[in-house]
Amino acid sequence: MTDDLASQGPFPLSRDDLLKAYRIMRTIREFEERLHIDFAKGDIPGFVHLYAGEEASAAGIMMHLKDSDRIASTHRGHGHCIAKGVDVHEMMAEIYGRSTGACRGKGGSMHIADLSKGMMGANGILGAGAPLACGAALAAKVRGDGGVGISFVGDGASNQGTFLESLNLAAVWNLPAIFVVENNGYAESTSRNWAVAVDSYIDRASGFGLPGVTVDGTDFFAVYEAAGEIIRRAREGGGPALLECNMVRFFGHFEGDAQTYRAKGEVEAIRASRDCIRMFAERVIEAGVVSRAELEAIDKEATELIEDAVRSAKAAPLPGPADLLTDVYVSY
Amino acid sequence: MARKISMKQAINEALDLEMTRDPSVVVMGEDIVGGTGSPGEDDAWGGVLGVTKGLYAKHGDRLMDTPLSESAYVGAAIGAATCGLRPVAELMFIDFMGVCFDQIFNQAAKFRYMFGGKAETPVVIRAMVGAGFRAAAQHSQMLTPVFTHIPGVKVVCPSNAYDAKGLLIQSIRDNDPVIFCEHKNLYGLECDVPAESYAIPFGEANVLRDGGDVTIVSYGLTVHRAMEAAEALARDRVEAEVVDLRTLSPIDWDTIIDSVERTGRLVVVDEAHPRCSIASDVAAFVGQNAFGALKAGVQMVTAPHVPVPFSPVLEDLYIPNAPSIAEAARRTLSPTGTSPRSIAA
Ligand SMILES: Cc1ncc(C[n+]2csc(CCOP(=O)(O)OP(=O)(O)O)c2C)c(N)n1
Ligand SMILES: [Mg+2]
Repeated sequence: MTDDLASQGPFPLSRDDLLKAYRIMRTIREFEERLHIDFAKGDIPGFVHLYAGEEASAAGIMMHLKDSDRIASTHRGHGHCIAKGVDVHEMMAEIYGRSTGACRGKGGSMHIADLSKGMMGANGILGAGAPLACGAALAAKVRGDGGVGISFVGDGASNQGTFLESLNLAAVWNLPAIFVVENNGYAESTSRNWAVAVDSYIDRASGFGLPGVTVDGTDFFAVYEAAGEIIRRAREGGGPALLECNMVRFFGHFEGDAQTYRAKGEVEAIRASRDCIRMFAERVIEAGVVSRAELEAIDKEATELIEDAVRSAKAAPLPGPADLLTDVYVSY
Repeated sequence: MARKISMKQAINEALDLEMTRDPSVVVMGEDIVGGTGSPGEDDAWGGVLGVTKGLYAKHGDRLMDTPLSESAYVGAAIGAATCGLRPVAELMFIDFMGVCFDQIFNQAAKFRYMFGGKAETPVVIRAMVGAGFRAAAQHSQMLTPVFTHIPGVKVVCPSNAYDAKGLLIQSIRDNDPVIFCEHKNLYGLECDVPAESYAIPFGEANVLRDGGDVTIVSYGLTVHRAMEAAEALARDRVEAEVVDLRTLSPIDWDTIIDSVERTGRLVVVDEAHPRCSIASDVAAFVGQNAFGALKAGVQMVTAPHVPVPFSPVLEDLYIPNAPSIAEAARRTLSPTGTSPRSIAA
């Protein structure tokens, strides 16, 4: 935020912050597109859920956060990690099961965490992050440090009791907790419109006594502004809120999903018309605030960063047999 | 007429046969049909690994996709079971049991006893168990001992397609709640399975290999590792008897005791953690009831007491393997018959 206000143009962010937001989104996209390719080659073990298409949500929210603010993520957590500042090399090494990984190869894609960055973990259990984020919010409230706890949850996982109970707990305890529903239309192969009986998450939120806001989650600026308002309110003691980001998933539920449940041409159509990164780029270039060349330079750096992360992950040492028995309180 | 089919197909066939035979059988779970409400194909998934694929076309609305709400739908399956249906609820990964455990251990498991014998709860909860899928700490556990601890639930864990079919049919017909554990790394394994319907009674272990020197007891995936170990031992002229428990509650004590009384030596192999496990349970029972027959200390080969690691190199060390089983058997044959405290690694 070093630029003077005049250089912001029509946006509520400084030029530097616009470039930062773009870099976050582009890094996520490159990370995920690369995993998609390398998974198909058989290089990557296990379950991998890609966040491509959803970048504006992570970036628009995390731009407001400090390391001391905490987030609880989901199985689709790579984007949240990158936007929260988790080291990309450590993430890639984790996905490759290397000892240099964010969790020393013990967690994998579904469990990347970096508590020093306020990233409380991706999660393999749907809905499990919501109570944990309430705990983070409680800790911030008790300390009085103005911090927030943010829970990300998919449209599908928003049907878990843990999530719904957390809404109520946050409301009755007036916690600085924020519930972000990342509504990408599907839970695995099942439609959100079938599995969630209300049309709007605003209705759900108000049923639990907290304010709800719905935004186009592919519009970075819409997410950024709504999140900014909600987070400011929570920091000032105004209590919890729910933010619904309507978004699109570019790849399958997990890698290897044939996606026959989607409409023919659906993925091509959303890639063409609802690509949050392209829409962001067009807007900032059109407004004359940043140049295409500047963005292209970031694209190139992101590609190089990911290439380097993959190269170093592949070259990194594997955990050794002794690592099997460490990090647990007692071995038998 | 028997054909070679996989364990996955055998489970599908058991569900199909029972749904055809008994209209009170309903099947529910997340994406077990797949594509519900979505614009593309119906029956798009047939379960996360395709186990229920094709059943929707035959049985329609008696297969139900559910919202992602395990407490609610597993509880509803249990409630419906007390009201005349025979629901089969699929939990995908047994690790998700944490979300809905109350409905199982305080509700389903208790009704019959707590209501003075007046309630029956014929529900089956199917779930994938076991490591080896690179699925990490929350999708790979072998939680069988968690359930064998609880009176009122039955616990089944087949090691092959033939047993899976017969035991699932028995589970559906059984009037108590059954936790049906399917090892995800056995889904593709084929063996001869009759096309017709048959039920395998609970509490009958299967002796897969006769041998007079040492008894190896296991269940699920590690049965195959035990068989490999037995082959290796046979090359050294040690004949191992391999017992596949098949059901863990009830458990076939008679077959275990009978075998140990002949061999005098016991190795128990369990993919669960060592403490309060199937392995420690069998070891304790044998210690109490066949102490006089034992010529050496009972050996346990289990997963270590750590969560399932992600990295393939660590996960491979985590799962009990044939060399460590053979090694444990050799320890029972060594002069002292004891060993340093050890883990599978
Ligand atoms: C408690 C629990 N139940 C089921 C699953 C299996 N599962 C993993 S992701 C998923 C779908 C999640 O959908 P949604 O919440 O909309 O998130 P999305 O994948 O769309 O990002 C399911 C059913 C799980 N991991 N945990
Ligand atoms: Mg979703």
